[in-house]
Amino acid sequence: MDKIVKNAQEAIAEIKSNSTIMLGGFGLCGIPENSINALSKSDISGLICISNNAGVDDFGLGLLLKKHQIRKMISSYVGENSEFERQLLSGELEVDLIPQGTLAERIRAGGAGIPAFYVPAGYGTEVAEGKEIREFNGKMHLLEYGLTADFAIVKAKYGDAYGNLIYNETANNFNNMMAMAGKITIAEVEELVPVGELNPNHIHTPGIFVQKIFQGKDYEKRIEFITTRD
Amino acid sequence: MSLDKNGIAKRIAQELKNGYYVNLGIGIPTLVANYIPEGVEVILQSENGLLGIGTFPTKEEVSADLINAGKQTVTAIPGAAFFDSATSFAMIRGGHVDLTVLGAFEVSEEGDIASWKIPGKMVKGMGGAMDLVASAKNIIVAMQHTNRKGESKLLKKCSLPLTGVSCVKRIVTNLAVVDITENGFKLIERAPGVSVEEIKNATEGKLIVEGDIPEMKI
Repeated sequence: MDKIVKNAQEAIAEIKSNSTIMLGGFGLCGIPENSINALSKSDISGLICISNNAGVDDFGLGLLLKKHQIRKMISSYVGENSEFERQLLSGELEVDLIPQGTLAERIRAGGAGIPAFYVPAGYGTEVAEGKEIREFNGKMHLLEYGLTADFAIVKAKYGDAYGNLIYNETANNFNNMMAMAGKITIAEVEELVPVGELNPNHIHTPGIFVQKIFQGKDYEKRIEFITTRD
Repeated sequence: MSLDKNGIAKRIAQELKNGYYVNLGIGIPTLVANYIPEGVEVILQSENGLLGIGTFPTKEEVSADLINAGKQTVTAIPGAAFFDSATSFAMIRGGHVDLTVLGAFEVSEEGDIASWKIPGKMVKGMGGAMDLVASAKNIIVAMQHTNRKGESKLLKKCSLPLTGVSCVKRIVTNLAVVDITENGFKLIERAPGVSVEEIKNATEGKLIVEGDIPEMKI
């Protein structure tokens, strides 16, 4: 049950152009840096990327956008990235904007084998266009579908050869659900530890959801807005 | 005199009640955390996966893994909890958050809100705003009464793409506290030194004024 691969290049080797990929993270927090860097050095293009955000101009998914490797983004918030906005307004990039909670639940549902469900978010807005609407308990809801992907790429603080993962602080965000929703899930971790070392009570993502895992290196862990009280 | 951003935040802080779980949006709403009244304990929820937002960190405490929904570095209070985004929105969608405070471009007299898109000019996405306004028990909007061109942001109908419909309960602006009622906007309080007439002139939607309108106590 050893799922360890050598590095990011080996982990992404199976990814082909025009694949659908989920990438964990919120802003730049908890993004799979090593894998994104490896993708940006590859010739893979035409990707459909499902990620809450789109990185910044020169880091995270911004690197893939700059090289026009992404055909379509499925996200909830894409500010703080001028190249993204430019490609969107010029029509070079297809974008599907989804309310954040709906996006999270669509991924969770996809991974959990739930094909569709109803939520109130977006009723009466352009998000509701073309969607089935149904009333429950006097409130209007939209039918939303579960999301899966050819690959999910997630990042955790700790992991082991079984694929068990533990996240740190708010770097969990979308990683935990995306790990469930990838047909193949790749996990990169800051510290790969021997099997048995992680406390089973503290595991966020059980190893069954992960197919490949590697010890990442040279984490930059860039911060978008450093705010301090001093 | 009309209120500055901190004044608006101070007035909104008076709405906080002991034991509330509160989600504060980006901008003026974030400032509300600085004015929580003494003796009132509230726990701040951040939709990226934190219950119990603390102060901003010192330089030494900064962690790239610990941010708020505005992507600013923060700390977590003792007793805080971290979780994934699906759990976070279960709190929001499930009605477990007592109060949501967020900014807006426009609010209509029916409580519709527009806050995420200016067609042809700005597309940043809705983030968690649509989920929050669709499910929060109580929604307060914090914003300027008029835009930079001096046009009212309290309208009969929103002109921009909506974030949610019939959801806003109260608006706190630099000029006034206004409630959304079945019959339109209702003036509740005036900013110190601001007249009812000034507020009427700055409000495009129907504004109900009943009796003497007290000044805010800031």
